[in-house]
Amino acid sequence: MSPELVTSLIIAFVALFVVLNTAAIVVFAERRLAGFIQNRPGPNRVGPIGILQPLADVLKLLFNEDITPIYGRKALHTIAPIIPVITAIAAIAVIPFATGVVASDINVGVLYLLAVTSMGVYGVTLGGWASNSKYSLLGGLRSAAQMVSYELPMGIAVASCVLYAASLNMVEIVDSQEFWWNVFRNPIGFVIFIIAAFAEANRAPFDLVEAEQELVGGFHTEYSGMKFGTFFLAEYMHVVIGSMLIVTFFFGGYHLPFAGYWLPEMSETATIILDLIVFSVKTLFFVFLFIWVRWTLPRFKFNDLMNYSWSRLLPLGIINFVVIASAIMIYNNYFS
Amino acid sequence: MVTYLFILFATLAIAAALAMVLNRSTVNSALFLVLNMLSIAGIYLLLKAQFLAVVQVLVYAGAIMVLFLFVIMLLNVEDEEAVLDKINFRYIISVILGVVVLSYLLYIAGSMADALPPVAEDMAQVGTVEAIGDELFSTYILPLEITAILLTAAVVGAIMMAQHKFK
Amino acid sequence: MESISQLLHFFPLIIVTIGSLVVMMVDAFSKDTAKLYYLSVFFLIAALAASISDVFGPAGEAFYGMAVYGGTSAMGGVIVLLGTLFVVLLCKEYLTAIKHHVGEVYSLILFCTVGMLVLVTANDLVTLFLGVETMSIALYVLAGLIKRDKAGAEAALKYFLLGAFATGFFLYGIALLYGAAGSTQLTAIAEVTDGGLIYWGGLAMLLVGIFFKISAVPFHMWTPDVYQGAPTLITAYMATASKAAVIVALIILLGRAFPDIHSDWAEVFQVIAVLTMILGNVIALVQDNMKRMLAYSSIAHVGYIMVGLVAGTAAGYSGVMYYLFAYTIMNVGAFGVVAYYERQKGLDFTNMENYGGLGYKQPMFGVAMSIFMFSLAGIPPFAGFIGKYQVFAAAVYEGYIGLVLVGVITSVIGVYYYIRVLVYLYMREPESDTVFQQPGMVYKTAILVLAIMTIYFGIQPGALSEIFTQGFEQLQIMAATGR
Repeated sequence: MSPELVTSLIIAFVALFVVLNTAAIVVFAERRLAGFIQNRPGPNRVGPIGILQPLADVLKLLFNEDITPIYGRKALHTIAPIIPVITAIAAIAVIPFATGVVASDINVGVLYLLAVTSMGVYGVTLGGWASNSKYSLLGGLRSAAQMVSYELPMGIAVASCVLYAASLNMVEIVDSQEFWWNVFRNPIGFVIFIIAAFAEANRAPFDLVEAEQELVGGFHTEYSGMKFGTFFLAEYMHVVIGSMLIVTFFFGGYHLPFAGYWLPEMSETATIILDLIVFSVKTLFFVFLFIWVRWTLPRFKFNDLMNYSWSRLLPLGIINFVVIASAIMIYNNYFS
Repeated sequence: MVTYLFILFATLAIAAALAMVLNRSTVNSALFLVLNMLSIAGIYLLLKAQFLAVVQVLVYAGAIMVLFLFVIMLLNVEDEEAVLDKINFRYIISVILGVVVLSYLLYIAGSMADALPPVAEDMAQVGTVEAIGDELFSTYILPLEITAILLTAAVVGAIMMAQHKFK
Repeated sequence: MESISQLLHFFPLIIVTIGSLVVMMVDAFSKDTAKLYYLSVFFLIAALAASISDVFGPAGEAFYGMAVYGGTSAMGGVIVLLGTLFVVLLCKEYLTAIKHHVGEVYSLILFCTVGMLVLVTANDLVTLFLGVETMSIALYVLAGLIKRDKAGAEAALKYFLLGAFATGFFLYGIALLYGAAGSTQLTAIAEVTDGGLIYWGGLAMLLVGIFFKISAVPFHMWTPDVYQGAPTLITAYMATASKAAVIVALIILLGRAFPDIHSDWAEVFQVIAVLTMILGNVIALVQDNMKRMLAYSSIAHVGYIMVGLVAGTAAGYSGVMYYLFAYTIMNVGAFGVVAYYERQKGLDFTNMENYGGLGYKQPMFGVAMSIFMFSLAGIPPFAGFIGKYQVFAAAVYEGYIGLVLVGVITSVIGVYYYIRVLVYLYMREPESDTVFQQPGMVYKTAILVLAIMTIYFGIQPGALSEIFTQGFEQLQIMAATGR
């Protein structure tokens, strides 16, 4: 095996380990924060301040009976929960965590990312279909419609960032933000992207897929045991990955604000350590934002959800893209 | 390695296509089509056409097939009468595992016969986004614009068929 | 910018493209459908004028060899735009009468015309494919315009499914030819004359796709059902403009990409031409439904046109162009009259039994119908005769005597069913007393103009056919063949 391959594998495995564990911690954080926002204690019994709660949850799920609906599609029912986890893991491959720390530095990183995340919808949809239950099916259908609708504004918002970097390579996109973060250069794109990212993660206020008041549990009504646990894990992995993407595309990735102007040259190791810290802090902030929004905002109606994407976000995104493209072209032709 | 992967993807693509046609459940058929598209994307990747491979997954597997599934589920299409009886999902999976073994055998046979030439190194330059963009906006500018009209016409037509209420 | 100056050679295409988008946007924000009608007519007349001036302009390749302009392409554009213009002129009254006068029809017809204009300029298999698809997709929708009607829905579905299947063949053929020649450009393909199985397979599949679109036997199965189910004027559009566009594209394809293997494909074309002529004419004999009869007659006409293609000379190709021109005029006219009769009693008035005595009730339409029928039958002195004569003459000159003999015999058979219409119109008693609605001014004038053109170009074919012949020399299609 070539040295690059070994480095790639090491980075990928470390990143995977970190993301999986972060997902578990985020579950706990969400429940504590929910408690805080709703003026109640939240889980505080297992371990000091309840820190061992995720472990207890996993143990409970492992010992739960694993039920497959008799008239459902057994094979699809089993495969479905794995798909969103796979896509989440696959997305990690192209995210740069620090200078030079990226598992795979490919030419079409952005498209790869969009392609991989777009595959995630199969898990939820098939889970809903295979359960042979109306609630699940409705949840699955909603998810298919929602994901496809919000992929477009998301893609357009990312495309407007690509314009600044003039590349589809993730590392180059991050490095193009060394002086100015994209959130300053492309605020409308940021708003569109963050909304679409919430919708893609199926989180409130876009959690129509599992709206418990209408659909019992939505697509996972018929799931139990570790299969349910896998879906649950995938949701939080998507929260973490979504935050990473927001940071990468709009908050300079591992760069400090305006770092190009004031940050002195440092040794390689120091740079990597600093980068990792910066990246983690920013990611954690957005994870917090995800949780905060979930427990603050009410859910959309389904028709509003679709309308919002197709007749608000998408036109706005396209206009934003055209304006930025023209501005960059004029700037490059006449002012530089 | 590349040859083996090619044969693996190629057999997988053919097997998935066959399974798609022979399967009696429409949802399963759609899923096999997804598998087929993913295998084709793999073959593109081996030819160093990265852009094409990713777009294949993004557009076909990620968007169009989701809409297919959506419509199939929404209309609740009944399972068809079986073309071949007693093909169930487990059987299909064992067939796919068989494909892997078969492709390995084919690989051995193929490497004996030296059947597949290696992909030229400069192909990596042809398959990049930049190269494709240059071509699209110079040589293929006319087809590109016509495609835009084609898609507009299709959208107008689809909306008219679906929505127009005649008094 | 090189490509911007090249745009000047594509004015008709640009005008129609802009027109289609303008009509679409106006339709989205305005309730007034009549406005769209005037806009479409305006854009089509402008495009027609531009395209006529292109006939006398220079010819050459443009857009990195993706398209050709001038010569054959410009003349093809004239035929397509002429057909479209008259269909749109007649459309408004007809659609209002059958209560389907919606704005999208105009934008779809214009989109379709864009596809046709791309087809007649295609110099690359990619452009050719996109032209065919743009045209077909708009036509699928237009065919299913009356979706409440079961026959209409069936027609649209059948057309769509079989059309998609044919597209598969077409694309596969393109892929194989690309594999054989290493390029999709027609001139580059001409350099390969025998690329083995890939080459011949690709050529065969490509031709299957095209034969489907022009409904040559044995790929004609969809034609009668679709022609019967679709709204009559849309049928006229499908039978004339879309066929003309595909055949012009076929001429360019054969003349530029496969000139050196003429003897090979001519054999295939002979067989198909014979089959098409015999089958189209014989089955048309027993049709009682007017639209089905015209559908089979259009199949038969494709057979005659293929006789001209078999000849493969400048005379043959220009004969085909003349035939297309004459066919477009007279067929739009015939369908226009059918659409007018149909209006009186709803959609099932197309049965020939109902035509008893109609000739006396509306003398003008009766006379016009007679002219169109005589012309379709190929009786002098109408345009249809000249077209047929030129096509057959070219084939005889190249020594395809047997083929032409079949053509002549089948044309004689064809006279029977065309004259049969006139027998009904003039020699049968009317079955019931229908009060006739008066046609609008535009409708009357359009039919009249078409009838006059049918006569005029039958008596004075010289100038037009000279232009058609010159067009080929200009485009230098024949230069490659050395004929």
